[in-house]
Amino acid sequence: MNRFGLRIAVPRGTMLGETLDRLDRIGVPTAEVRDNDRRLLFDEAGIVTMRPSDVATYVEAGAADVGITGKDVLMEQAGRDVVELADLGYGPCRMVLASVAGDPDPAEEALRRLGHLRVATKYVRIATDYFERTGRQVELVKVNGSVELAPLTGLVDAIVDLTATGTTLRENGLVEREEIARSTARLIANPASHRLRAAGVDALREALLAD
Amino acid sequence: MTLPIPSGTRDVLPDEMRERDGVLDALRRTYRDHGYGEVSTPAVEYASVLERAGVDPDGAARPRFHTVDERGQTLVLRSDMTVPIARLVGSRFADAPTPIRLSYTANCYRGVTPGRGDAREVLQSGIELCGAPAPAGTVEALTVLVAALRAVGLDGGRVAVGDAAFFPGLLEGLDVAPDARDRVLHELATRDHVGLRRELDAALAPDVAARLAEVAGRRGGPEIVAETGDAQIDRAAAGLRELVAGLAPDVVDHVILDLGLTRRLGYYTGAVFEVFAPGIGHPIGGGGRYDDLLGRLGRDLPAVGFALDVDAVHTALVGTARGSWRQVGWDAPPGQPAPIPGEDA
Repeated sequence: MNRFGLRIAVPRGTMLGETLDRLDRIGVPTAEVRDNDRRLLFDEAGIVTMRPSDVATYVEAGAADVGITGKDVLMEQAGRDVVELADLGYGPCRMVLASVAGDPDPAEEALRRLGHLRVATKYVRIATDYFERTGRQVELVKVNGSVELAPLTGLVDAIVDLTATGTTLRENGLVEREEIARSTARLIANPASHRLRAAGVDALREALLAD
Repeated sequence: MTLPIPSGTRDVLPDEMRERDGVLDALRRTYRDHGYGEVSTPAVEYASVLERAGVDPDGAARPRFHTVDERGQTLVLRSDMTVPIARLVGSRFADAPTPIRLSYTANCYRGVTPGRGDAREVLQSGIELCGAPAPAGTVEALTVLVAALRAVGLDGGRVAVGDAAFFPGLLEGLDVAPDARDRVLHELATRDHVGLRRELDAALAPDVAARLAEVAGRRGGPEIVAETGDAQIDRAAAGLRELVAGLAPDVVDHVILDLGLTRRLGYYTGAVFEVFAPGIGHPIGGGGRYDDLLGRLGRDLPAVGFALDVDAVHTALVGTARGSWRQVGWDAPPGQPAPIPGEDA
């Protein structure tokens, strides 16, 4: 177990490297995690690794005391009973509405001429909330990966997706039309651990914020 | 042939039933010993009656199952017992001397979010104490709650106690506009401390915002509501301070005060409880003060109560059969100091 006495859920994927670097600097040993691509549970370090979108699930259930994941995950899974403790600042990305490059914007055209918009996304909830808030009728198409393909093949008029640098959008001939939200890594805690392991949770939060 | 039952419901077979009855016997004995009389109310009620309670239409306590009776009236399956008992007190105990002490064990019905393992049918067991204002009424409810945890064998259980009036009072004292106040309270209710800091920074001077964000993160023993010399915070914390002062030592050691804990159900007006058990990551019960609810249902009395999720209590008792990874127990057993984080064990 690490010096905070907490089980920490760590996201695999793009945030993994920075997360492990930070944990190392505050005294949670991560060498074992770095050396081992396939193992998921590291008892000595008190670390468990998983897809970013599963972090909130494990933390809500108390299978991990605390976790690190993107704000986008928390927004998409709003209603999960976890405590959002700190904005860790790294892993910045943005949720955007994008469509095929060109003027006029094919999404605008669809809205003007057909009265509604077909939109592909992995983030159904964020997209639904956004279009409701901005008063536009849309038909959402849930896809599980390579969202950029959807408008290129005529499946939809636009996409709602996460972008860090915009490279993937650009390489597929898409342009950002609207920014929906900004996301960074967040520290979250299980509500029971937040009360009952308060000293450890606060110490971890302070250490990560001071890093 | 295996015929399905709706998701979020389940059958209970004899082994489980026997254990569950043991839990219920212990709970009922506790309520009885403290002078509470058990009541039963219909599972279906008129929607128009329950709506008088003003339950948040988006909240978890909102009734989910509706039907229409022979005369075209909308009926709902109750989603908790607090509102039906408030109706009962207004209608059947209209002249009864106070305080009125009632207990119940009943199935309640909720909507579920797919893929979350939520229950549609929840067996709740608890008490309602009507006509006993704070702090004495709240002290009694917490005392019965801790006694109930002990009686079922969950002495390791803990009750997080906050005050739904704490932050609203603090913000009012600082002249925060109503819409900004609602945004702050929303962030608190959704336990988003990042959003809370953002809304506080938008509404208040930087040093005040920082102080309030720090206060919202405070949780621990009676020391967190001790007088600090900050008049506004001391005034807002007076309710919790009086409450703690009234609790017996063997109740206080089961209580964790949380200044950031606020109401998640629309009707709470004062103290709010969330009950936790070792090895269970979510609350196994909850409750609080609802001083305005009974007035809306016919008899204006201050009231307080709690409900335990009987199956969650049972799961906590069965313990940690689910994976050795899950750590059982709290930081430190009562009476022992918590380990100091930062020092290598």
